[in-house]
Amino acid sequence: MFGPQNDPGSSFVSLLRQVGIEPFSVGDGVSGVTPLTPHATTVLALRCEDGVVMAGDRRATMGNRISNREMEKLVPADRFSGVAISGSAGPAMDMIKVFQLQLEHFEKLDGRAISLEGKANQLSQLVRANLPAAMQGLGVYPIFAGYDLLRETGRLWDFDGTGGRYEERDFVATGSGGGVASTILKVGFRPAMPVEEAVTLACRALHEAADVDAATGGADELRGIYPVVATITRDGWLRRSDDDLAPRFEGFRTEQRAILEGGAS
Amino acid sequence: MSQPFYVSPEQVMKDRADYARKGIARGRALVAVQYADGIVLVAENTSNTLRKISEIYDRIGFAGVGKYNEFDSLRRFGVRNADVKGYQYSRDDVEARSLANEYAQILGQTFTHEMKPLEVEILVAEVGFSQDTDQLFHIMYDGTLVDEQGMSVLGGDAEAISARLAERWRRDDDLRAAVRGCVAALSGPDRTLGADDTEVAVLSRSNGRRCFRRLDDVEVSGFLA
Repeated sequence: MFGPQNDPGSSFVSLLRQVGIEPFSVGDGVSGVTPLTPHATTVLALRCEDGVVMAGDRRATMGNRISNREMEKLVPADRFSGVAISGSAGPAMDMIKVFQLQLEHFEKLDGRAISLEGKANQLSQLVRANLPAAMQGLGVYPIFAGYDLLRETGRLWDFDGTGGRYEERDFVATGSGGGVASTILKVGFRPAMPVEEAVTLACRALHEAADVDAATGGADELRGIYPVVATITRDGWLRRSDDDLAPRFEGFRTEQRAILEGGAS
Repeated sequence: MSQPFYVSPEQVMKDRADYARKGIARGRALVAVQYADGIVLVAENTSNTLRKISEIYDRIGFAGVGKYNEFDSLRRFGVRNADVKGYQYSRDDVEARSLANEYAQILGQTFTHEMKPLEVEILVAEVGFSQDTDQLFHIMYDGTLVDEQGMSVLGGDAEAISARLAERWRRDDDLRAAVRGCVAALSGPDRTLGADDTEVAVLSRSNGRRCFRRLDDVEVSGFLA
Protein backbone atom coordinates (compact mmCIF):
# COMPACT_ATOMS: atom_id res chain seq x y z
CA MET A 1 0.00 0.00 0.00
CA PHE A 2 1.11 3.56 -0.68
CA GLY A 3 1.29 6.30 1.91
CA PRO A 4 -0.27 9.70 1.24
CA GLN A 5 3.15 11.02 0.10
CA ASN A 6 3.84 8.53 -2.67
CA ASP A 7 0.29 7.62 -3.69
CA PRO A 8 0.11 7.38 -7.51
CA GLY A 9 -3.52 8.57 -7.58
CA SER A 10 -5.95 7.23 -10.16
CA SER A 11 -3.44 7.03 -13.01
CA PHE A 12 -2.40 3.57 -14.13
CA VAL A 13 0.75 4.85 -15.85
CA SER A 14 1.90 6.60 -12.65
CA LEU A 15 1.20 3.39 -10.79
CA LEU A 16 3.32 1.36 -13.23
CA ARG A 17 6.19 3.84 -12.80
CA GLN A 18 5.78 3.74 -9.03
CA VAL A 19 6.24 -0.04 -9.04
CA GLY A 20 9.20 0.19 -11.43
CA ILE A 21 7.66 -0.62 -14.81
CA GLU A 22 8.26 1.91 -17.61
CA PRO A 23 5.52 1.22 -20.18
CA PHE A 24 7.17 2.93 -23.16
CA SER A 25 10.86 2.41 -22.65
CA VAL A 26 12.81 2.02 -25.89
CA GLY A 27 16.11 1.03 -24.30
CA ASP A 28 19.53 2.53 -25.05
CA GLY A 29 20.60 -0.02 -27.64
CA VAL A 30 18.12 1.19 -30.25
CA SER A 31 19.42 4.09 -32.26
CA GLY A 32 20.06 5.01 -35.87
CA VAL A 33 18.80 1.87 -37.54
CA THR A 34 15.05 1.40 -37.75
CA PRO A 35 14.08 -2.23 -37.34
CA LEU A 36 11.61 -3.64 -39.86
CA THR A 37 8.36 -3.90 -37.93
CA PRO A 38 4.77 -4.46 -38.98
CA HIS A 39 2.87 -1.29 -39.87
CA ALA A 40 -0.82 -0.73 -39.66
CA THR A 41 -2.55 1.38 -42.30
CA THR A 42 -5.94 3.00 -43.02
CA VAL A 43 -8.19 3.95 -40.12
CA LEU A 44 -10.95 6.56 -40.05
CA ALA A 45 -13.80 8.04 -38.03
CA LEU A 46 -16.77 10.25 -38.90
CA ARG A 47 -19.62 11.84 -37.03
CA CYS A 48 -23.20 10.86 -37.73
CA GLU A 49 -26.66 11.61 -36.41
CA ASP A 50 -26.46 9.39 -33.31
CA GLY A 51 -22.75 9.53 -32.56
CA VAL A 52 -19.70 8.38 -34.49
CA VAL A 53 -18.71 5.62 -36.89
CA MET A 54 -15.16 4.25 -36.79
CA ALA A 55 -13.49 1.88 -39.23
CA GLY A 56 -10.11 0.28 -39.84
CA ASP A 57 -8.77 -2.16 -42.41
CA ARG A 58 -7.17 -5.45 -41.34
CA ARG A 59 -3.85 -5.49 -43.17
CA ALA A 60 -0.46 -5.07 -41.49
CA THR A 61 2.62 -4.78 -43.70
CA MET A 62 6.33 -5.20 -43.05
CA GLY A 63 8.22 -3.46 -45.84
CA ASN A 64 6.48 -4.71 -48.97
CA ARG A 65 5.27 -7.93 -47.37
CA ILE A 66 1.82 -8.49 -45.89
CA SER A 67 2.60 -9.60 -42.35
CA ASN A 68 -0.93 -9.97 -41.05
CA ARG A 69 -4.32 -10.14 -42.78
CA GLU A 70 -6.62 -9.97 -39.78
CA MET A 71 -5.13 -7.45 -37.43
CA GLU A 72 -7.67 -5.47 -35.42
CA LYS A 73 -6.54 -1.85 -35.48
CA LEU A 74 -9.82 -0.56 -34.15
CA VAL A 75 -10.80 -1.56 -30.63
CA PRO A 76 -13.15 -0.24 -27.95
CA ALA A 77 -11.29 1.92 -25.41
CA ASP A 78 -14.21 1.54 -23.02
CA ARG A 79 -18.01 1.37 -23.41
CA PHE A 80 -18.39 4.82 -24.99
CA SER A 81 -15.22 5.30 -26.97
CA GLY A 82 -12.98 3.59 -29.46
CA VAL A 83 -9.37 3.95 -30.53
CA ALA A 84 -7.90 3.13 -33.93
CA ILE A 85 -4.19 3.07 -34.67
CA SER A 86 -1.91 3.53 -37.61
CA GLY A 87 1.87 3.33 -37.42
CA SER A 88 4.10 0.69 -35.83
CA ALA A 89 1.95 -2.24 -34.77
CA GLY A 90 3.98 -3.39 -31.75
CA PRO A 91 4.15 -0.10 -29.80
CA ALA A 92 0.59 0.69 -30.94
CA MET A 93 -0.84 -2.52 -29.49
CA ASP A 94 0.96 -1.87 -26.24
CA MET A 95 -0.29 1.71 -26.18
CA ILE A 96 -3.87 0.56 -26.71
CA LYS A 97 -3.50 -1.95 -23.89
CA VAL A 98 -2.17 0.70 -21.50
CA PHE A 99 -4.84 3.16 -22.63
CA GLN A 100 -7.71 0.71 -22.06
CA LEU A 101 -6.29 -0.15 -18.65
CA GLN A 102 -5.85 3.51 -17.82
CA LEU A 103 -9.55 4.20 -18.43
CA GLU A 104 -10.72 1.13 -16.54
CA HIS A 105 -8.29 1.75 -13.68
CA PHE A 106 -9.49 5.32 -13.22
CA GLU A 107 -13.10 4.23 -13.38
CA LYS A 108 -12.58 1.63 -10.68
CA LEU A 109 -10.52 3.82 -8.36
CA ASP A 110 -12.62 6.96 -8.68
CA GLY A 111 -15.96 5.25 -9.12
CA ARG A 112 -16.81 7.15 -12.32
CA ALA A 113 -15.58 7.18 -15.90
CA ILE A 114 -13.28 9.94 -17.22
CA SER A 115 -15.01 12.53 -19.44
CA LEU A 116 -14.57 12.00 -23.19
CA GLU A 117 -12.24 14.98 -23.45
CA GLY A 118 -10.27 13.62 -20.48
CA LYS A 119 -9.83 10.32 -22.30
CA ALA A 120 -8.52 12.09 -25.41
CA ASN A 121 -6.11 13.99 -23.18
CA GLN A 122 -4.89 10.77 -21.60
CA LEU A 123 -4.23 9.24 -25.00
CA SER A 124 -2.30 12.33 -26.05
CA GLN A 125 -0.03 11.89 -23.03
CA LEU A 126 0.62 8.27 -24.00
CA VAL A 127 1.49 9.30 -27.57
CA ARG A 128 3.88 11.93 -26.22
CA ALA A 129 5.50 9.35 -23.93
CA ASN A 130 6.18 7.32 -27.08
CA LEU A 131 8.01 10.24 -28.75
CA PRO A 132 11.54 8.80 -28.35
CA ALA A 133 10.38 5.66 -30.16
CA ALA A 134 8.64 7.78 -32.81
CA MET A 135 11.97 9.55 -33.45
CA GLN A 136 13.41 6.15 -34.28
CA GLY A 137 10.66 5.32 -36.73
CA LEU A 138 8.34 3.50 -34.32
CA GLY A 139 5.65 6.16 -34.28
CA VAL A 140 2.03 5.55 -33.36
CA TYR A 141 -0.72 7.77 -34.83
CA PRO A 142 -4.08 7.02 -33.27
CA ILE A 143 -7.60 8.28 -33.88
CA PHE A 144 -9.85 8.55 -30.88
CA ALA A 145 -13.63 8.91 -31.06
CA GLY A 146 -16.58 8.39 -28.80
CA TYR A 147 -19.93 9.50 -27.56
CA ASP A 148 -19.80 12.44 -25.16
CA LEU A 149 -22.46 11.69 -22.56
CA LEU A 150 -22.26 15.23 -21.12
CA ARG A 151 -22.78 17.01 -24.45
CA GLU A 152 -24.85 14.22 -26.02
CA THR A 153 -22.90 14.14 -29.26
CA GLY A 154 -20.22 12.15 -31.04
CA ARG A 155 -16.71 13.67 -31.02
CA LEU A 156 -13.44 12.68 -32.66
CA TRP A 157 -9.75 13.48 -32.42
CA ASP A 158 -6.54 12.69 -34.25
CA PHE A 159 -3.00 12.93 -32.93
CA ASP A 160 0.45 13.64 -34.28
CA GLY A 161 3.64 11.88 -33.16
CA THR A 162 4.39 14.47 -30.49
CA GLY A 163 1.07 13.96 -28.73
CA GLY A 164 -0.57 16.94 -30.43
CA ARG A 165 -4.29 16.48 -30.08
CA TYR A 166 -6.65 17.88 -32.70
CA GLU A 167 -10.38 17.69 -32.43
CA GLU A 168 -12.00 17.34 -35.85
CA ARG A 169 -15.43 18.65 -36.67
CA ASP A 170 -16.72 16.02 -39.12
CA PHE A 171 -14.34 13.23 -40.06
CA VAL A 172 -10.73 12.12 -40.04
CA ALA A 173 -8.65 9.39 -41.70
CA THR A 174 -4.99 8.51 -41.20
CA GLY A 175 -2.44 5.92 -42.26
CA SER A 176 -0.94 5.25 -45.68
CA GLY A 177 -4.40 5.12 -47.31
CA GLY A 178 -5.64 8.05 -45.27
CA GLY A 179 -5.38 10.55 -48.11
CA VAL A 180 -7.70 8.62 -50.38
CA ALA A 181 -10.05 7.77 -47.55
CA SER A 182 -10.23 11.45 -46.50
CA THR A 183 -11.21 12.48 -50.01
CA ILE A 184 -14.02 9.91 -50.17
CA LEU A 185 -15.26 11.01 -46.74
CA LYS A 186 -15.05 14.68 -47.73
CA VAL A 187 -17.11 14.15 -50.89
CA GLY A 188 -19.68 11.89 -49.25
CA PHE A 189 -20.07 13.59 -45.87
CA ARG A 190 -23.26 15.41 -44.86
CA PRO A 191 -23.96 16.79 -41.38
CA ALA A 192 -26.15 14.56 -39.18
CA MET A 193 -26.05 11.59 -41.55
CA PRO A 194 -28.16 8.60 -40.55
CA VAL A 195 -25.98 5.88 -38.99
CA GLU A 196 -26.53 3.35 -41.79
CA GLU A 197 -25.41 5.83 -44.45
CA ALA A 198 -22.36 6.75 -42.39
CA VAL A 199 -21.42 3.06 -42.07
CA THR A 200 -21.68 2.65 -45.86
CA LEU A 201 -19.58 5.78 -46.40
CA ALA A 202 -16.91 4.47 -44.02
CA CYS A 203 -16.85 1.15 -45.91
CA ARG A 204 -16.59 2.98 -49.24
CA ALA A 205 -13.65 5.05 -47.99
CA LEU A 206 -11.81 1.89 -46.96
CA HIS A 207 -12.73 0.17 -50.23
CA GLU A 208 -11.33 3.01 -52.33
CA ALA A 209 -8.23 3.35 -50.13
CA ALA A 210 -7.52 -0.37 -50.56
CA ASP A 211 -7.95 0.03 -54.32
CA VAL A 212 -5.13 2.58 -54.48
CA ASP A 213 -2.87 1.89 -51.50
CA ALA A 214 -0.99 -1.42 -51.46
CA ALA A 215 -0.65 -1.35 -47.68
CA THR A 216 -4.41 -1.15 -47.09
CA GLY A 217 -6.52 -4.28 -47.19
CA GLY A 218 -10.11 -4.16 -48.48
CA ALA A 219 -12.78 -6.81 -47.95
CA ASP A 220 -11.26 -10.27 -48.42
CA GLU A 221 -14.21 -12.45 -49.53
CA LEU A 222 -12.00 -15.44 -50.20
CA ARG A 223 -10.97 -15.68 -46.54
CA GLY A 224 -14.09 -14.02 -45.16
CA ILE A 225 -12.11 -11.16 -43.60
CA TYR A 226 -13.85 -7.78 -43.46
CA PRO A 227 -12.68 -4.45 -42.01
CA VAL A 228 -13.59 -3.61 -38.43
CA VAL A 229 -16.46 -1.12 -38.42
CA ALA A 230 -18.17 0.07 -35.24
CA THR A 231 -20.72 2.64 -34.20
CA ILE A 232 -20.59 4.46 -30.87
CA THR A 233 -23.85 6.03 -29.73
CA ARG A 234 -25.63 6.72 -26.44
CA ASP A 235 -26.08 2.93 -26.23
CA GLY A 236 -22.32 2.42 -26.37
CA TRP A 237 -19.90 0.63 -28.66
CA LEU A 238 -21.35 -1.74 -31.26
CA ARG A 239 -19.17 -3.61 -33.73
CA ARG A 240 -20.84 -4.36 -37.05
CA SER A 241 -20.92 -8.04 -37.99
CA ASP A 242 -19.35 -9.37 -41.19
CA ASP A 243 -22.84 -10.30 -42.41
CA ASP A 244 -23.81 -6.64 -42.11
CA LEU A 245 -20.71 -5.42 -43.96
CA ALA A 246 -20.48 -8.03 -46.75
CA PRO A 247 -23.47 -6.74 -48.83
CA ARG A 248 -22.08 -3.18 -48.68
CA PHE A 249 -18.74 -4.25 -50.16
CA GLU A 250 -20.54 -6.45 -52.69
CA GLY A 251 -22.51 -3.34 -53.67
CA PHE A 252 -19.32 -1.35 -54.43
CA ARG A 253 -18.04 -4.19 -56.55
CA THR A 254 -21.27 -4.42 -58.53
CA GLU A 255 -21.15 -0.66 -59.17
CA GLN A 256 -17.55 -0.89 -60.33
CA ARG A 257 -18.29 -3.85 -62.60
CA ALA A 258 -21.15 -1.94 -64.25
CA ILE A 259 -18.86 1.02 -64.91
CA LEU A 260 -16.10 -1.17 -66.38
CA GLU A 261 -18.52 -3.08 -68.61
CA GLY A 262 -20.14 0.19 -69.71
CA GLY A 263 -16.70 1.48 -70.72
CA ALA A 264 -15.92 -1.63 -72.75
CA SER A 265 -19.04 -1.52 -74.95
CA MET B 1 12.26 8.56 32.88
CA SER B 2 9.94 6.00 34.38
CA GLN B 3 9.67 2.46 33.06
CA PRO B 4 6.39 1.61 31.29
CA PHE B 5 4.19 -0.87 33.12
CA TYR B 6 4.47 -4.49 32.04
CA VAL B 7 1.49 -5.66 30.02
CA SER B 8 1.26 -9.31 29.02
CA PRO B 9 1.08 -10.12 25.27
CA GLU B 10 -2.26 -11.86 25.84
CA GLN B 11 -3.68 -8.67 27.27
CA VAL B 12 -2.28 -6.54 24.44
CA MET B 13 -3.87 -8.78 21.79
CA LYS B 14 -7.14 -8.95 23.64
CA ASP B 15 -7.29 -5.17 23.98
CA ARG B 16 -6.55 -4.69 20.30
CA ALA B 17 -9.16 -7.25 19.29
CA ASP B 18 -11.77 -5.60 21.54
CA TYR B 19 -10.90 -2.23 20.11
CA ALA B 20 -11.25 -3.46 16.52
CA ARG B 21 -14.46 -5.36 17.22
CA LYS B 22 -16.04 -2.32 18.85
CA GLY B 23 -15.17 -0.16 15.86
CA ILE B 24 -16.62 -2.70 13.44
CA ALA B 25 -19.79 -3.28 15.48
CA ARG B 26 -20.60 0.44 15.35
CA GLY B 27 -21.09 0.26 11.56
CA ARG B 28 -23.87 -1.31 9.54
CA ALA B 29 -23.62 -4.89 8.28
CA LEU B 30 -23.22 -6.36 4.82
CA VAL B 31 -24.11 -9.71 3.28
CA ALA B 32 -23.06 -11.60 0.16
CA VAL B 33 -24.70 -14.72 -1.20
CA GLN B 34 -24.49 -16.93 -4.24
CA TYR B 35 -27.50 -16.88 -6.56
CA ALA B 36 -28.23 -18.69 -9.81
CA ASP B 37 -26.23 -16.31 -12.04
CA GLY B 38 -23.39 -15.34 -9.70
CA ILE B 39 -22.94 -13.50 -6.42
CA VAL B 40 -25.04 -10.67 -5.01
CA LEU B 41 -23.67 -8.25 -2.42
CA VAL B 42 -26.02 -6.16 -0.28
CA ALA B 43 -24.92 -3.55 2.26
CA GLU B 44 -26.89 -1.36 4.57
CA ASN B 45 -25.65 2.06 3.48
CA THR B 46 -27.54 5.34 3.46
CA SER B 47 -24.89 7.14 1.45
CA ASN B 48 -25.23 7.22 -2.32
CA THR B 49 -21.64 8.24 -2.90
CA LEU B 50 -19.44 6.54 -0.31
CA ARG B 51 -19.46 2.92 -1.36
CA LYS B 52 -18.95 -0.22 0.67
CA ILE B 53 -19.09 -2.53 -2.36
CA SER B 54 -16.96 -2.11 -5.45
CA GLU B 55 -15.27 -3.70 -8.44
CA ILE B 56 -11.71 -4.99 -8.24
CA TYR B 57 -11.33 -6.85 -11.53
CA ASP B 58 -13.25 -8.69 -14.25
CA ARG B 59 -14.63 -11.38 -11.96
CA ILE B 60 -13.67 -10.02 -8.55
CA GLY B 61 -15.62 -7.77 -6.21
CA PHE B 62 -14.74 -6.16 -2.89
CA ALA B 63 -16.85 -5.28 0.13
CA GLY B 64 -15.84 -3.74 3.42
CA VAL B 65 -17.42 -2.73 6.70
CA GLY B 66 -16.03 -0.69 9.56
CA LYS B 67 -13.96 2.43 9.18
CA TYR B 68 -14.45 3.86 5.68
CA ASN B 69 -10.99 5.33 5.10
CA GLU B 70 -9.36 2.09 6.15
CA PHE B 71 -11.30 -0.32 3.97
CA ASP B 72 -11.22 2.15 1.08
CA SER B 73 -7.44 2.20 1.09
CA LEU B 74 -7.52 -1.62 1.11
CA ARG B 75 -9.88 -1.46 -1.87
CA ARG B 76 -7.51 0.84 -3.77
CA PHE B 77 -4.66 -1.51 -2.98
CA GLY B 78 -6.70 -4.37 -4.45
CA VAL B 79 -7.54 -2.55 -7.68
CA ARG B 80 -3.90 -1.55 -8.17
CA ASN B 81 -2.59 -4.97 -7.35
CA ALA B 82 -5.02 -6.64 -9.75
CA ASP B 83 -4.48 -4.18 -12.63
CA VAL B 84 -0.69 -4.39 -12.44
CA LYS B 85 -0.80 -8.17 -12.27
CA GLY B 86 -3.18 -8.37 -15.24
CA TYR B 87 -0.88 -6.03 -17.21
CA GLN B 88 2.29 -7.96 -16.41
CA TYR B 89 0.85 -11.46 -16.82
CA SER B 90 -2.64 -11.97 -18.25
CA ARG B 91 -6.19 -11.15 -17.24
CA ASP B 92 -6.64 -14.86 -16.47
CA ASP B 93 -3.89 -14.75 -13.86
CA VAL B 94 -5.73 -12.35 -11.57
CA GLU B 95 -7.60 -14.33 -8.94
CA ALA B 96 -9.34 -13.70 -5.64
CA ARG B 97 -7.39 -16.26 -3.63
CA SER B 98 -4.01 -14.59 -3.94
CA LEU B 99 -5.51 -11.16 -3.34
CA ALA B 100 -7.29 -12.45 -0.23
CA ASN B 101 -3.95 -13.81 1.01
CA GLU B 102 -2.32 -10.42 0.51
CA TYR B 103 -5.12 -8.74 2.43
CA ALA B 104 -4.74 -11.28 5.23
CA GLN B 105 -1.03 -10.46 5.40
CA ILE B 106 -1.65 -6.70 5.56
CA LEU B 107 -4.35 -6.99 8.22
CA GLY B 108 -2.33 -9.53 10.23
CA GLN B 109 0.83 -7.41 10.11
CA THR B 110 -1.04 -4.28 11.13
CA PHE B 111 -2.79 -6.12 13.94
CA THR B 112 0.41 -7.43 15.53
CA HIS B 113 2.88 -4.64 14.77
CA GLU B 114 1.00 -1.35 14.79
CA MET B 115 -0.39 0.64 17.70
CA LYS B 116 -3.89 0.47 16.33
CA PRO B 117 -5.45 -2.46 14.41
CA LEU B 118 -7.52 -1.76 11.29
CA GLU B 119 -11.18 -1.54 12.29
CA VAL B 120 -12.44 -3.36 9.24
CA GLU B 121 -13.75 -6.65 7.99
CA ILE B 122 -13.55 -7.25 4.27
CA LEU B 123 -14.84 -9.66 1.68
CA VAL B 124 -13.21 -10.65 -1.60
CA ALA B 125 -15.69 -12.39 -3.91
CA GLU B 126 -14.91 -14.06 -7.20
CA VAL B 127 -17.58 -15.28 -9.57
CA GLY B 128 -16.56 -18.48 -11.34
CA PHE B 129 -17.67 -19.86 -14.69
CA SER B 130 -20.08 -22.13 -12.80
CA GLN B 131 -21.62 -22.00 -9.31
CA ASP B 132 -19.15 -24.59 -8.04
CA THR B 133 -16.19 -22.30 -8.66
CA ASP B 134 -17.62 -19.16 -7.02
CA GLN B 135 -15.47 -18.03 -4.10
CA LEU B 136 -16.09 -15.89 -1.01
CA PHE B 137 -13.10 -14.94 1.14
CA HIS B 138 -13.91 -13.24 4.43
CA ILE B 139 -10.96 -11.50 6.09
CA MET B 140 -11.12 -10.32 9.71
CA TYR B 141 -9.42 -7.33 11.38
CA ASP B 142 -6.62 -9.59 12.68
CA GLY B 143 -5.87 -11.22 9.34
CA THR B 144 -7.91 -14.38 9.89
CA LEU B 145 -8.94 -15.63 6.46
CA VAL B 146 -12.07 -17.70 6.04
CA ASP B 147 -13.17 -19.38 2.82
CA GLU B 148 -16.94 -19.18 3.13
CA GLN B 149 -19.47 -21.46 1.48
CA GLY B 150 -22.39 -19.87 -0.28
CA MET B 151 -23.02 -16.92 2.00
CA SER B 152 -21.07 -14.46 4.10
CA VAL B 153 -22.05 -11.84 6.66
CA LEU B 154 -19.78 -8.97 7.72
CA GLY B 155 -20.07 -6.39 10.45
CA GLY B 156 -22.08 -5.79 13.60
CA ASP B 157 -24.73 -8.30 14.66
CA ALA B 158 -23.39 -10.86 12.19
CA GLU B 159 -24.70 -13.88 14.10
CA ALA B 160 -28.34 -12.83 14.13
CA ILE B 161 -28.18 -11.79 10.47
CA SER B 162 -26.52 -15.09 9.54
CA ALA B 163 -29.26 -17.04 11.26
CA ARG B 164 -31.99 -15.08 9.46
CA LEU B 165 -30.21 -15.41 6.11
CA ALA B 166 -29.65 -19.16 6.48
CA GLU B 167 -33.41 -19.66 6.87
CA ARG B 168 -34.30 -18.01 3.57
CA TRP B 169 -31.31 -18.40 1.30
CA ARG B 170 -31.28 -20.95 -1.52
CA ARG B 171 -28.27 -21.39 -3.77
CA ASP B 172 -30.25 -21.31 -7.00
CA ASP B 173 -32.52 -18.34 -6.18
CA ASP B 174 -33.01 -15.80 -8.95
CA LEU B 175 -31.69 -12.25 -8.42
CA ARG B 176 -35.00 -10.91 -7.13
CA ALA B 177 -35.36 -13.62 -4.48
CA ALA B 178 -31.71 -13.28 -3.48
CA VAL B 179 -31.93 -9.49 -3.02
CA ARG B 180 -35.17 -9.82 -1.04
CA GLY B 181 -33.63 -12.47 1.17
CA CYS B 182 -30.53 -10.39 1.86
CA VAL B 183 -32.46 -7.20 2.63
CA ALA B 184 -34.85 -9.08 4.93
CA ALA B 185 -31.92 -10.67 6.78
CA LEU B 186 -30.22 -7.28 7.18
CA SER B 187 -33.33 -5.47 8.41
CA GLY B 188 -34.58 -8.12 10.85
CA PRO B 189 -38.10 -8.39 12.22
CA ASP B 190 -38.42 -4.90 13.73
CA ARG B 191 -37.79 -2.61 10.77
CA THR B 192 -37.92 -2.46 6.97
CA LEU B 193 -35.08 -1.31 4.78
CA GLY B 194 -35.83 0.33 1.44
CA ALA B 195 -33.76 0.90 -1.67
CA ASP B 196 -32.52 4.21 -0.19
CA ASP B 197 -30.96 2.44 2.80
CA THR B 198 -29.18 -0.25 0.81
CA GLU B 199 -26.34 -0.59 -1.65
CA VAL B 200 -26.65 -3.56 -3.99
CA ALA B 201 -24.26 -4.94 -6.60
CA VAL B 202 -23.82 -8.22 -8.43
CA LEU B 203 -21.00 -10.21 -9.92
CA SER B 204 -22.96 -11.77 -12.72
CA ARG B 205 -21.84 -14.49 -15.10
CA SER B 206 -23.97 -12.97 -17.89
CA ASN B 207 -22.51 -9.46 -17.72
CA GLY B 208 -19.69 -9.91 -20.25
CA ARG B 209 -16.00 -9.52 -19.38
CA ARG B 210 -16.59 -7.20 -16.44
CA CYS B 211 -18.99 -9.15 -14.25
CA PHE B 212 -19.51 -6.38 -11.69
CA ARG B 213 -22.68 -4.31 -11.94
CA ARG B 214 -24.35 -1.92 -9.50
CA LEU B 215 -28.11 -2.06 -9.18
CA ASP B 216 -29.70 1.39 -9.00
CA ASP B 217 -32.44 2.36 -6.54
CA VAL B 218 -35.17 1.90 -9.16
CA GLU B 219 -34.14 -1.69 -9.84
CA VAL B 220 -33.76 -2.47 -6.14
CA SER B 221 -37.16 -1.01 -5.20
CA GLY B 222 -38.63 -3.05 -8.05
CA PHE B 223 -37.25 -6.20 -6.41
CA LEU B 224 -38.40 -5.19 -2.93
CA ALA B 225 -41.93 -4.21 -3.96
